[in-house]
Amino acid sequence: MTATSGTATSAAPPDLQAEGLSKRFGDFRAVDDLSFSVERGSFFSILGPSGCGKTTLLRIIAGFLSPDTGEVRIGGKTMQGVPPNKRPVNMVFQHLALFPMMSVGENVGYGLSRRGVARDEIKRRVGDMLERVSLPSAQDKRVDQLSGGQKQRVAIARSLVLEPTLLLLDEPLGALDLKLRDHMKIELKQLQAAFGTTFVYITHDQSEALVLSDRVAVMNQGRFEQIGTPQDLYYAPQTPFVAGFVGANNAVQGRATQINGDRVTLASEKGLVISARAMGTVRVGDAVQAFVRPEVASLSRSAAPFTDAGLPHYQARIDSLLFDGANSAVLLHEEHSGTEFRIALPQTGHLSDLVVDESVSFGFDPQLAVCFAAGNEHAS
Amino acid sequence: MRAEDTSGTRDPARMLLMLLLAPALLWLAALILLPHVELGSLSLRARVAPRVYEPSLAQFRTFIDEPLYWHTFVRTAVISILATATTLLLAFPIAWTIAKIARGRTRSLLFVLCLIPFWVSETVRTLGWMILLRESGVLPALLVRLGLTPAPVELLYHDATILVGLVYTSMLFMVVPLISALESLDDSLIEAAYDLGGNGWSILRTIVIPHAAPGIVAGCIVVFMLTLGNYLTPTLLGGKNSQWFTEQIYTQFITRFNWEQGAAFGFLLLGLSTLIVWLGLKLSGQRFGEVMQQS
Repeated sequence: MTATSGTATSAAPPDLQAEGLSKRFGDFRAVDDLSFSVERGSFFSILGPSGCGKTTLLRIIAGFLSPDTGEVRIGGKTMQGVPPNKRPVNMVFQHLALFPMMSVGENVGYGLSRRGVARDEIKRRVGDMLERVSLPSAQDKRVDQLSGGQKQRVAIARSLVLEPTLLLLDEPLGALDLKLRDHMKIELKQLQAAFGTTFVYITHDQSEALVLSDRVAVMNQGRFEQIGTPQDLYYAPQTPFVAGFVGANNAVQGRATQINGDRVTLASEKGLVISARAMGTVRVGDAVQAFVRPEVASLSRSAAPFTDAGLPHYQARIDSLLFDGANSAVLLHEEHSGTEFRIALPQTGHLSDLVVDESVSFGFDPQLAVCFAAGNEHAS
Repeated sequence: MRAEDTSGTRDPARMLLMLLLAPALLWLAALILLPHVELGSLSLRARVAPRVYEPSLAQFRTFIDEPLYWHTFVRTAVISILATATTLLLAFPIAWTIAKIARGRTRSLLFVLCLIPFWVSETVRTLGWMILLRESGVLPALLVRLGLTPAPVELLYHDATILVGLVYTSMLFMVVPLISALESLDDSLIEAAYDLGGNGWSILRTIVIPHAAPGIVAGCIVVFMLTLGNYLTPTLLGGKNSQWFTEQIYTQFITRFNWEQGAAFGFLLLGLSTLIVWLGLKLSGQRFGEVMQQS
């Protein structure tokens, strides 16, 4: 509609490109030779444990830190030597950083008034923006009169009113309580869809990353372990770290005893023998690590369902029952090896009468479990 | 019955509170309230014959009729305001460095450096300035050696010298409330403002100063009152020409033995400082209670 927003050319460069970014603090490599790009209008998350370097990466993109090596390009333009107040990037801070000395309207209009936009124009655009984030009459309110979710929306409005190429979000939901966080997750996704701005979101909460993102980069020790859609990360993790970090997983360490196509059979030290799908190259005799998702395995009081389906199965004894509605699970140990497993309970309520110490059978389709050659630097 | 019970349990707590407050209340009553009541009554009477007094406003009339007095009065106020503003300008970067930039040991070292001058008594400190600034002192000699002045110049007994001494004496009382005000400013607010397009000056104006306003005003009130009521520094550094209002009070009490006039001057000074502090609070839009929590 306006000249500024009409930048959509046919061969638009990615909104964010990073090439060979590194940043060290002393001997610590916070960001280690990262290259990636983020498509226009997408929701990109960087997921990693605390201390993995994701905040450093975000601050490099925002311009608060300069990388030791490498380059950031935003909307195709290099950001080398461009200070944060001149970049087409805005950031939503972890604790939102709304200005308590200003009203909501002044907060949202802050960036516009810094650009020298006329007062009437600011008032109009702030009003429009607040309406778009469903806070139409909040202009004159004080920041401390808002609820947590409303503050969040003001923080996003304050950035989006400047029509940035890229919006960076630094764990903005971290300080909220669980219920509100679930609610805001949905709101964030809807806001992003409505505005179409490219979002780069960092979080340590895998559920936030999976729910919100078009693509997720899993970060560990300054590097990306894997970049992919949430489904890729969940169903086809490329490294043991991703398998262990994204979603719940049962890990079994052992040695590969037999390989049949992409099917690896491994034996753990304690004597458990399971089969799984090989990810990457695995050779007989290699130390390997297999992951079985709690919902991939199924439980039964008898072995019959597994023998009928031709699946391997194991005898186990229940250690504890973890009832949590749809996320209910049992903790049990396999009887021969003593290996512990967490297995999801069927959501139908079937098997809800299990008791501790009861003997059950469990089994899983080896094709749905994954196996990696272990001994890599990233084994966690 | 029940009411008696509760009052019975409350009494010891009340007693304790009164006991804890007693020293402060005694101090207030004996050293501040009583002398002021006495001074007030002194200032409002005139001696008509030996040991015979009658109520009168003669002292205040003298103040108005004698240009030297109100000239000194206004001059004291103006220099005090100037000294307060200068102290603020100098203390702000120091407080900013200590609160926001320095970390760990550097930070405590810087703070101790601000504190060290106060280990020496004010008299000795001021005499130190005199050694540095007098005609045969260190600084004029240095200026001659550098070829900047042909002969040693007298650096003492100027208004600027008084200002330097007052600022030096007041620095700590400005730095401390400023540090506590700036420390409580979340760094991410500054980053957010910068991220949204602000620059150093606009962030200082729109984020830092509004946040630190109670601390700034608290520091200014303390420094202004200390400066206005200072006797030693203006007298020693300004010499005979210093014309500081506290000197007039001293003269009335001690030299002229005119306690009535001295008391009137004392009350005028009290009124002046109250008026200026009130004006300062009005102009900066701060509330006294809020400001005093910061200092």
